[in-house]
Amino acid sequence: MVDFLMDPWPWWFSGILVGLTVPLLFWLAGKAFGISTSLQQIGAMCTPHSRLDYLNKYDRRDGMWLLVFVIGIAAGGWIATRFLSAEPVEFLPADYQTFVGGVKLFVGGILVGFGARYAGGCTSGHSITGIANLNWPSLVATIFFFVGGLAVTWGLGGWIFG
Amino acid sequence: MNKTKRQETSTHNSQETQAAAVTSRLGLFLRVLLVGIFFGIVLVKSEVVRWQRVHDMFLFKELHMYLIIGMGIAVAAAAMFWIKGRHLRSVDGRPIAYVPKPYHTGVVLGGMCFGAGWAITGACPGPIFAQIGAGQWMAWLTLAGAMVGMYAYAFLKPKLPH
Repeated sequence: MVDFLMDPWPWWFSGILVGLTVPLLFWLAGKAFGISTSLQQIGAMCTPHSRLDYLNKYDRRDGMWLLVFVIGIAAGGWIATRFLSAEPVEFLPADYQTFVGGVKLFVGGILVGFGARYAGGCTSGHSITGIANLNWPSLVATIFFFVGGLAVTWGLGGWIFG
Repeated sequence: MNKTKRQETSTHNSQETQAAAVTSRLGLFLRVLLVGIFFGIVLVKSEVVRWQRVHDMFLFKELHMYLIIGMGIAVAAAAMFWIKGRHLRSVDGRPIAYVPKPYHTGVVLGGMCFGAGWAITGACPGPIFAQIGAGQWMAWLTLAGAMVGMYAYAFLKPKLPH
């Protein structure tokens, strides 16, 4: 049992728990599971007097739970690596722990932030919550997540990933 | 005399309502924090936060990520079906309702950008926060990029097709 928890979790166990996050958040907080709106929340809090409607028309008070949620995710990441892992977890490969790697993460991050907000959601809000609620635009979004990811991996892979 | 007394009572009442509102908001944040911690742990223990897992998903080298996402959708869908069928309410008594995310051009264009960024950074928004919490300092660059991307969207939103 302890070994089971301390080792990486099998896909079926992980999948069940990922799926349960959706009803859990609805039941405990009345909120739809989704993470990328937290970027808008942080932006609206950092620049409350922005001239951009996307930030100044956003309801910071109503979205405050998103900031709490991602702080929780960070705390969970710390707990899992510090207390629930037999072996150290390798998040990024060695060639990402360099200056060039940092540039890749930053540029890739721009695509993540821009794309998720333009698409209206990310893997959590569209792929998990959206599809689970039979929302067809979320299925379209998920298909195009993979179109973009596959195109980069197979098309530019040799150039980006070395 | 009477008037002052009534005023006092009303101030007292409004203070009480205010206190109740603060308590219920703190309760909400505490429950959101717990779900966040839960999800952060799941992200790390499922290894969804590892760049290599995401890369191998896009290379079709292993099914791990596909199985987790598929299982997550199935469990979430079953739970939502049950919640909707029984008209369950959240712990604070509000009806649980999913607000559909609409279709627009951004679902396709933004979706592709997001997928490309996911392939490069190996992290969607949830894992970015889990990596940061776990002490992976390079993930701050991914987050910085994601914030720039969010601001880029906020700036370009009026000009982009929706």
